[in-house]
Amino acid sequence: MESITVETYRVKTFRLLLPLWQPFRPGMHYDVRLTAPDGYQAQRSYSIATGPETRNVVDLTVETIEGGEVSPYFHDIVEVGDQVEVRGPIGGPFTWDGSMGGPLLLIGGGSGIVPLMSMLRHRNSTACLVPTLLLYSSRSPGNVIYSDELDALSAAGNGFEVEHTFTRKIPDGWNGFARRVDVEMISEVSDRLGIIGRAFICGPEGFVETAANALVNAGIASERIRTERFGPIGTR
Amino acid sequence: MEGNVAVLSRGFSGFRRPQPPREIPEGQYYETGFPVLTYGPTERVSQSDWKFTIDLGEGGFKSWTWDDLMAMPQTDIHTDIHCVTKWSMLDSDWKGVDLDVFFEQAGLGENIAGDYLMIRSFGGYTTNLPVADVRGGKAYIVHEFGGEPITQEHGGPVRMIVPHLYFWKSAKWVESIRFMDEDAPGFWEANGYHMYGDPWKEQRYWGD
Repeated sequence: MESITVETYRVKTFRLLLPLWQPFRPGMHYDVRLTAPDGYQAQRSYSIATGPETRNVVDLTVETIEGGEVSPYFHDIVEVGDQVEVRGPIGGPFTWDGSMGGPLLLIGGGSGIVPLMSMLRHRNSTACLVPTLLLYSSRSPGNVIYSDELDALSAAGNGFEVEHTFTRKIPDGWNGFARRVDVEMISEVSDRLGIIGRAFICGPEGFVETAANALVNAGIASERIRTERFGPIGTR
Repeated sequence: MEGNVAVLSRGFSGFRRPQPPREIPEGQYYETGFPVLTYGPTERVSQSDWKFTIDLGEGGFKSWTWDDLMAMPQTDIHTDIHCVTKWSMLDSDWKGVDLDVFFEQAGLGENIAGDYLMIRSFGGYTTNLPVADVRGGKAYIVHEFGGEPITQEHGGPVRMIVPHLYFWKSAKWVESIRFMDEDAPGFWEANGYHMYGDPWKEQRYWGD
């Protein structure tokens, strides 16, 4: 563990220095395996937050889940210098790189932003100009992960825009979206992008279902839409 | 996670989750919900649009409609499900038709051409299986989960289940079967997942 960065009160980024760093496609994940002294093991998958241009290390951004088994271990116990067993990179369908073109619509809910951030960082590092719009749903401004970096990326004027929506706490004077993602919102951001070449949606199940159905109903071919869903954890 | 040499995780005790009522495969956790995992949007297939076809080779096909499916001998299946994304759902109840019944009605009996088959779903998903793994009460074409019609997100109206393998082998929105002389990768198998996928051997990815 090379470094640990606090992103929000529920989310931290863990930078792992890998003995054998391998190239990957933005959107891929690593499997993490924890082993207790009695041999008990727990495994989970976490998306890579860095782009493939950042070599030797990968960032895994992890939201802590109350009563969870692996994420609270990362949040509460892991320290810089610890060994963590990982395997990857893994994944294929939920990946994008500049060669796939666009325009690119990214829709993230909560920590569903993480694999999308890898795509955005790759896009920026490679000076890729594919028109890209991120619709990012958070509970409140305080829950926005990578907030400053997203602001900087969208201010760069290279064809990337971010549109936030807040579902619980709305800042004073906010005139953007202030509700859960719905058909009208998807339609509005889709229209702004014009043609949608590729869409990637990542977040909780209900969120992804709503967004994906809205795109299908708007006439976007299913093959152009990729999804990654998380939850439920019925017994924590 | 190469080999079996585990790195001890400093300060990790485990056992913070409720333990499953019986042993589950290594690396799995006990999940009482039923997560949805699909790489794309949910396919919308109505009962009247649903049709299941076996490619008999040499231009021959045998197909079944929803009504045909309902008229076939039904089996209640009580089984555990193990997903490669680490969750295991225990004691799930399904209702449907043993794949052997389809083979019989197609006149195939023991005379199946090829040792492997490719399952295809509405929407284009594919997954490969050895024929031996879908015979003798190991694979079913199902339309009920927990006593209710299978929801669209979970592969309804009709999906396949092959519970002894990781759940990506259990195709949602199942559409057709074709036999193959040699094994060939389906969708996930071409994207890094294991060709066979036995959860008890932890055959998750290429090289396992």
